[in-house]
Amino acid sequence: MVNLPSEQITINLGPQHPSTHGVFRLRVTLDGEVITDVEPIFGYLHRGTEKLAEERTYTQIVTLTDRLDYTSSMINNQAYVLAVEKLAGVTVPPRGQYLRVLTAELQRIASHLMGVGFFLQDLGASGTPLMYCFRERERILDLFEMLCGARVTVSYMRPGGVFQEPPPEFWPAVRHLLDTTPDAIAELERLISENEIVLARTKGVGVLTKEKAIDSAVSGPNLRASGVAWDLRKADPYDVYADMDFAVPVGSNGDSYDRFLVRVMEVHQSIRIAEQCYRDMPGGPVRSELPFFFRPPPGDAYAHVEASKGELGFYLVSDGGIAPYRCKIRSPSFINLTVLAEMLIGWKVADLMVIFGSLDVNMGEVDR
Amino acid sequence: MTRALQSAEVVERLQGVAAEAVSVAAEGEVRVAPESLVTVCRFLKEEPEFAMDYLSSITGVDYLDSFEVVYHLTSLTHNHSLVLKTTLHGRDDISAPSLTEVWEAADLQEREVWDLMGVRFTGHPNLKRVLTWEGFPGHPLRKDHLGG
Repeated sequence: MVNLPSEQITINLGPQHPSTHGVFRLRVTLDGEVITDVEPIFGYLHRGTEKLAEERTYTQIVTLTDRLDYTSSMINNQAYVLAVEKLAGVTVPPRGQYLRVLTAELQRIASHLMGVGFFLQDLGASGTPLMYCFRERERILDLFEMLCGARVTVSYMRPGGVFQEPPPEFWPAVRHLLDTTPDAIAELERLISENEIVLARTKGVGVLTKEKAIDSAVSGPNLRASGVAWDLRKADPYDVYADMDFAVPVGSNGDSYDRFLVRVMEVHQSIRIAEQCYRDMPGGPVRSELPFFFRPPPGDAYAHVEASKGELGFYLVSDGGIAPYRCKIRSPSFINLTVLAEMLIGWKVADLMVIFGSLDVNMGEVDR
Repeated sequence: MTRALQSAEVVERLQGVAAEAVSVAAEGEVRVAPESLVTVCRFLKEEPEFAMDYLSSITGVDYLDSFEVVYHLTSLTHNHSLVLKTTLHGRDDISAPSLTEVWEAADLQEREVWDLMGVRFTGHPNLKRVLTWEGFPGHPLRKDHLGG
């Protein structure tokens, strides 16, 4: 055997790369095929959301939150309006709270399906599983269109409740969705969960330990896949989650497979919660009326929700004006990236997109 | 429900660690002098009764005559939370100690506060801009920042 000399090379993945789900760049140093160093570079989608919020009224900011994690705008709306309500001491009528939980859970299903679909796409399962996921997501977006006319950037929620009463045709459509989605998810699971290639590519790949996940403030399915049963819907319930009966799925190994599986299992739990909302939906108004120029008293408030990517928090400071003095967004995808470099080092370049894809980050939320 | 710790009780427990440096800011909020921040945080993380293992969020706020850095801490062990606030006076070259040696979660978050608010975190191993680019003029979330 001849001992061939080798030297490390540094390559750029992105910012335009089919697997980066947005505009994201990784400067990767390789020794042969093995990753020895990673520097994530981002900010390409930075629109200055926090600065823009300082010159918009409290209601107008709802539209900015849609554009954070654009696969999960209902939940972004919810996190923001909860912070405003906490700041100003606004109460929400029960029907408004139930509608929020119902739409947030439907959104979580849509977002997790997208996360799972693109993860499988990154594995090389080109097209088919992604389309299975998109088919179900489309049906949820159709429901959102009935509610507010928009499919992706919904702006459905308002401080004090939701925008408007759902139209009559919404309820049979929800019933139909809840009846048919479990079978569609089961079909996807049959296709994927025991697939030999998926198992070989993801089991034991990109392990994130429990200690590391907590210390780096990783949240959402990524944290739970590492074996930490921490879900803000249970740990710090908001709206009507305290009345909902659901389980918190956790993984045991913290590898890419567990992160994938936790998302699939959470879809089932979201269907369970949506069923309960449908069954127990109270009557009455959907929103408490607030003045057009709404001025919360001076002070600050932090509210957080379990978004589809993790803990999404808003920290608002009011100076008594019609716009917040400061609006900080605690973005789960951004903070989840803290662990990326360490998770990648030592793995082969072919595993890079598997591990990155399993984290399910959304660049709109990372860059804000 | 995540329980907000009583700030008066926390301040009393912190007397042995940093007596002069801590005071009650508001309900569930403790004000800490910047020079004692690392000591206080390490104590809150390691003391089993607090076990603040999770640094949720770091925020910088520009109050024109001073800056405030707000830390939202959570304990996943006990399901309780605490807010720490520290005030930094001046406008040019302001700094706070980095908490990266206490929680790794501080890494990207402190870089963000430096990038957008211009608070330098001393002791941070890689304090580079994160959302804007190297050479970006100023810190955009400051109240006196003019785009252009």
